[in-house]
Amino acid sequence: MGMFMESVEIALHALFANKLRSILTMLGIIIGVGAVIAMIAVGMGVSQKVTSSIASLGSNMLIVRPGAATTGGVRGSAGSRKTLKYEDAQAIKKKIKDAQYVSPVVSSSFQIVNGNQNWNTQVQGVTPEYLQIRDLSVSNGSFITENDLATRNRVAVIGTTVSENLFGEENPVGHVIRVKNQPYRVIGVLESKGQSSTGQDQDDTVIVPLTTAMDRLLGITYVNMINVQVVSQEKMDEVQSNIETLLRQRHHLVGDKENDFQVQNLTSLMATLNETTTMLTLFLGSIAAISLIVGGIGIMNIMMVSVTERTREIGIRKALGATFKNIMTQFLIESVVIGVIGGLIGVAFGIGVALAISKFGGFQTVITIGPILMSFSFSVGIGLFFGIYPARKAALLDPIEALRYE
Amino acid sequence: MEKPMIELAGIKKIYYVGGQEVAALAGIDLNIKQGEFAALMGPSGSGKSTLMNILGCLDRPTCGSYKLDGQEVANLTDDELAVVRNKRIGFVFQNFNLLSRISAADNVALPLIYAGVGKNERKERARKVLDAVGLGDRADHQPNELSGGQRQRVAIARALVNDPHIIMADEPTGNLDTKSTKEIMEIFEGLHREGRTIILVTHEPEIAACASRQLLVRDGLITQDAGKGVKMDVV
Repeated sequence: MGMFMESVEIALHALFANKLRSILTMLGIIIGVGAVIAMIAVGMGVSQKVTSSIASLGSNMLIVRPGAATTGGVRGSAGSRKTLKYEDAQAIKKKIKDAQYVSPVVSSSFQIVNGNQNWNTQVQGVTPEYLQIRDLSVSNGSFITENDLATRNRVAVIGTTVSENLFGEENPVGHVIRVKNQPYRVIGVLESKGQSSTGQDQDDTVIVPLTTAMDRLLGITYVNMINVQVVSQEKMDEVQSNIETLLRQRHHLVGDKENDFQVQNLTSLMATLNETTTMLTLFLGSIAAISLIVGGIGIMNIMMVSVTERTREIGIRKALGATFKNIMTQFLIESVVIGVIGGLIGVAFGIGVALAISKFGGFQTVITIGPILMSFSFSVGIGLFFGIYPARKAALLDPIEALRYE
Repeated sequence: MEKPMIELAGIKKIYYVGGQEVAALAGIDLNIKQGEFAALMGPSGSGKSTLMNILGCLDRPTCGSYKLDGQEVANLTDDELAVVRNKRIGFVFQNFNLLSRISAADNVALPLIYAGVGKNERKERARKVLDAVGLGDRADHQPNELSGGQRQRVAIARALVNDPHIIMADEPTGNLDTKSTKEIMEIFEGLHREGRTIILVTHEPEIAACASRQLLVRDGLITQDAGKGVKMDVV
């Protein structure tokens, strides 16, 4: 152990004697380790953002959409059929026991007018359960009630973006806005939710009762989709197949007739996205790891130069009684010390870059201990691995040849 | 009769240059007793440095037997030879061979590192030998801050720090002026009086004249073996 500490001291001494060169050698490791940590932090940031924005749609969600319409052999897009009814949603609510919330939705774009201000936005017809299912809350006023639904009331709940554009600083509750030239009384303002994962402004919306939207605004008898929240993760598959069975029955689809609707499982979507973002993280991390290996080759290169340069020193040490092992340890420790110090600085650098990206890039990064430990030990390992050859070369030098070396 | 410290019998060292055999040493038989001060003389290319390297266990002979303190050196491993160089032999070179980036005291302490001596004791012993060669006040200087004579004294202190029985010096005064040469030779004579065995390579008859035994090497063989004060016929 004493001998080991001596060797560390000799190594530090040698590195210190050649400050600029040592720093340049470490730079490869610093950048490599820093890049691995920063890139993985970015990748994990993306992953977390995707996960949280899907979670913000509500957990344990099933989305029922009508199937694609086929007109003369030309298939329309999913959801283009008109087969899904409000009654289907009511049936799901009534007959499927683990469907906690059921929320049918219709939506369309309209111009909204208040006095001389106007604004184009998405108008959504929903039921009161939409509030729970989308995890929304009303910051001012109230939400749509069952009573509004039953009487097709002309009332509206608006998002903050719509409120700012039509009313400015004024409190919109109690005012009347015009949608498709019909007057709607504003009864509430939604709490701001900000941007969605796809960059959509979730506050740019107007919500009206489902029945009002279907009958008064759109004049349709079908809904665009039905959101279903299941009581727990484990029940997802069961509820999904129950809904399918129920709807096939209601739509009189017998035998092997194709479904005229589809049920999407957000949890499985999330799993797919997670897989994608994990791949992204691995990809970024491995590109950064390549630069770490390049840094290791840099260490080897400099150690080779250093051994040649110090041939005479090696000769002197051998003449004074240094063994193969002594010389080998001395040079090996030197390159490991480069790896350790470079790794430590690289960790600080990587964390710094990740924090800077969070702060100035407007992009969330996630720093975890795993990649830090991994890339640090990798850099130490690289110092060790790429130091072996030069150190061996030094230790095998013939003392007489080495002493003669000019 | 006392057993010799160094026994060489039929030592040959053969190099292959361009496919041809060149014998640097052509069969040397030599005994050196403990406490002797032997000067190896000879023109350049005579093989005296090769002989010195073999005596100092830096090199191995092609054939022949070398017994140091009765032990056959050919049977030792590389690591055991390193221990011999570390503990039983002290080297002094013509060009000093000090490490330029560390202080005189650290240079002197170098062999003690490989002997596994602790830090504090190393410091203490290095000071002591530096004092003995009259450089106690220069311990913290780096070699390039010292004169040639002072550097050689540091090198001698380094050779002595592990208290070896044999001191081997290869042209120790070759790079020094007359005054420093005189000082260095006085140190060697002092060491000889202490009872240490000294083997010194030189091509200057005045230096060799200080020794108790003079050996002339020519064409890889010892051609003359004389006592103190005999005028050797070098050229």
